[in-house]
Amino acid sequence: MALPNKPRGEIAAVVDPEVVEHSCDILIVGGGMAACGAAFEIKKWAPDDMKIILCDKAAMERSGAVAQGLSAINTYIGENAIEDYVKMVRNDLMGVVREDLIYDLGRHVDESVKLFEEWGLPVWKKAEDGSNLDGAKPAPTLREGGQPVRTGKWQIMINGESYKCIVAEPAKKALGEENIMERVFIVKMLLDKNLDNTIAGAVGFSTRENKVHVFTCKAALVACGGAVNIFRPRSTGEGKGRAWYPVWNAGSTYTMCAQVGATLTMMENRFTPARFKDGYGPVGAWFLLFKAKVQNGLGEFYANSDSVKEELEHYMPYGASAVTPTCLRNHLMLNEMKAGRGPIYMATDVALNAFLDEKRAAGMDEKAVKKFWKHLESEAWEDFLDMSVGQAGLWAGMNIEPEKVGSEIMPTEPYMLGSHSGCCGIWTSGPNEDWVPEVDGPRSHQYKWGYNRMTTVNGLFTAGDGVGASGHKFSSGSHAEGRIAAKQMVKYCRDNSHTPELAQSAQELADEVYAPVKRYHEFVGATTHADVNPNYCKPSGLMMRLMKATDEYGGGVATYYMTSGKLLEICMNLLEMLREDAEKMAAGDLHELLRAWENYHRIWCVEAHIRHIQFREESRYPGFYYRSDFPTCDDENWKCFVNSTYDPKAGEWKCEKVDCINIIETDPWL
Amino acid sequence: MPSYVDPEKCDGCKGGDKTACMYICPNDLMVLNVEEMRAYNQEPDACWECYSCVKICPQGAIMVRGYDDFVPMGGQVHPMRSSDSIMWTVKFRNGNIKRFKFPIRTTAEGAANEYPGEKGENLDDERLLLEKELPTPTKLA
Repeated sequence: MALPNKPRGEIAAVVDPEVVEHSCDILIVGGGMAACGAAFEIKKWAPDDMKIILCDKAAMERSGAVAQGLSAINTYIGENAIEDYVKMVRNDLMGVVREDLIYDLGRHVDESVKLFEEWGLPVWKKAEDGSNLDGAKPAPTLREGGQPVRTGKWQIMINGESYKCIVAEPAKKALGEENIMERVFIVKMLLDKNLDNTIAGAVGFSTRENKVHVFTCKAALVACGGAVNIFRPRSTGEGKGRAWYPVWNAGSTYTMCAQVGATLTMMENRFTPARFKDGYGPVGAWFLLFKAKVQNGLGEFYANSDSVKEELEHYMPYGASAVTPTCLRNHLMLNEMKAGRGPIYMATDVALNAFLDEKRAAGMDEKAVKKFWKHLESEAWEDFLDMSVGQAGLWAGMNIEPEKVGSEIMPTEPYMLGSHSGCCGIWTSGPNEDWVPEVDGPRSHQYKWGYNRMTTVNGLFTAGDGVGASGHKFSSGSHAEGRIAAKQMVKYCRDNSHTPELAQSAQELADEVYAPVKRYHEFVGATTHADVNPNYCKPSGLMMRLMKATDEYGGGVATYYMTSGKLLEICMNLLEMLREDAEKMAAGDLHELLRAWENYHRIWCVEAHIRHIQFREESRYPGFYYRSDFPTCDDENWKCFVNSTYDPKAGEWKCEKVDCINIIETDPWL
Repeated sequence: MPSYVDPEKCDGCKGGDKTACMYICPNDLMVLNVEEMRAYNQEPDACWECYSCVKICPQGAIMVRGYDDFVPMGGQVHPMRSSDSIMWTVKFRNGNIKRFKFPIRTTAEGAANEYPGEKGENLDDERLLLEKELPTPTKLA
């Protein structure tokens, strides 16, 4: 038997990869909902000779956060006022949001949803008798005035197993297969050699062959999702893969944009969703469609108790809303758990049986009740099977039937994202329209500078999880935002006719991208096991080291999300050494090289997260994280954005307070 | 809940241009071993259990086994996906079985309209393809 000092993967990495240079006008980085929106929209505006390339590190048919499918579309404005959408997002995210971006998203999102349905996505409809029709039943479309099945005010139900396949198909056709490069992982954005603060290209590599790809472009969209596996997860064995958000999201969006000087905003924000324990199945349909309630370990439905009402009064005006902000719902749950009144259950049994009792009370006979139950049971399981099959697998393994017994729910490890109920991301321009406020000062303080969704770097755009301070876009809003950015990139290219030029040669870039491979080959013979070597570290070990540091010092699950100035300082010291050691990662095969670069991205984005939490001396999001030294939500001093900018020339970070302007009326607040 | 491959059924997609599971896995986990002409999941603890490989495998060779750090043994969830619907079989640890069938698509594969050749009107306003007048906020602060 051979000694284990050989590359493990199937595609060994070589020291000298082929270097391929590409020239295009616009580069789309990412293949998820936002990138698909951009790919669909962009040729509608681009002149025929404009060259556009899309790079996805996976296959568009099943890439991004919607790869597995979804059981609902969480943003569909429909009959509601867009102003009310802004108010809801503003309240859920504790007041500090970009209302221009949110309103703008609200006025475009429904068109994307109507397109999805037209492309073949089954959307549930309300029948005339008030019952729910699945999306394959004949009914008027949304465009024809069909009534979707609303769960909450903003959500609609779908049969969404193939959601991503359906959205990717027209995106690929519109852009042209010849312009799409799958399994190419872009790892760095590149600035122009001659023009200040201007994007000029990107570099990445193939995970299928030993090739480095170097691009020049005039404009680029970076839309590759949020960040996962940045805090130690609750399951650290095989179940580490069962992250709530897609496990392949490595913070690439934030890191790649920050490294070229794009201003970040609200990076202190994180999302720690409360989900079904371990399987991380969705709770939205259970709360909204099935009207289930949460119960503590004593069997108490604590959500409407006097003590809870009293607690929420500490967080006004946010705590007064009919739907309590997501972080505060976590906060209340954590209070129960910390007081020893856990575990917390979703009372699925109570909720489902209430439906049956209601039917019986209305005079329905047992045969009809049985038929009704079959339909209800199917709806309950579809919620998991459409988007979180692992939760169904856990129920099967545990013999759980939701009508007989409740299931435990639990706040997860923290994630970073900008499209769900979180709002970290990149500071971008809003629409160039009169209602968007004019602000003096540098772009990092302004609300608009000519090109909607352009970052503070010329020609660099983002969308979806990338755009900060405007959460609650979800899948549909991310698609719409990609479409917004696409049109603006074409406009930018029309207005700017320079020829981009890179500061480094293609070979220099390739050497940098393949540095972990060179290191591996240089040192692998020094020990008898490729994973244990004093000259380098492997990506898997480095990721665990990152997650341990953040969990213990950065407010992870280990401390019930509590941190402090002192703990954060320790965390930053650990991250600094981690970043230094990341230069010593080694990769023996192309899969490991992918993991190495994902880790670079993770470390940078987590550093920004910790830096922002340090700077914001309050606890803006109780339930997501707490600072023991500044335990309250302090509107007087901190109802403002925290923006940070990395200066790529000086290698220095700057954090600053930026005014948060209300555009939509504040009285009434909701 | 990592995916696993039945060596009796997997034929490595006969070494064609694309091994289906390797083509589709969003996390670059499924790989083909060319000597054995069989695929495997190279990093089970990074598997999101998204079932993309299970759904696409032309041989029905890929299944999923619950994560060994929290799922008791014996359960199984397995799909059969066609062009317009998906049928799930849920087998419980105690042997009970439930089946569910859901629609997945209302149009033929390949039929989604990408609006080929259509062009937008005015590059200098905020309207996207198909959009008419856009509102601006009225209830202002």
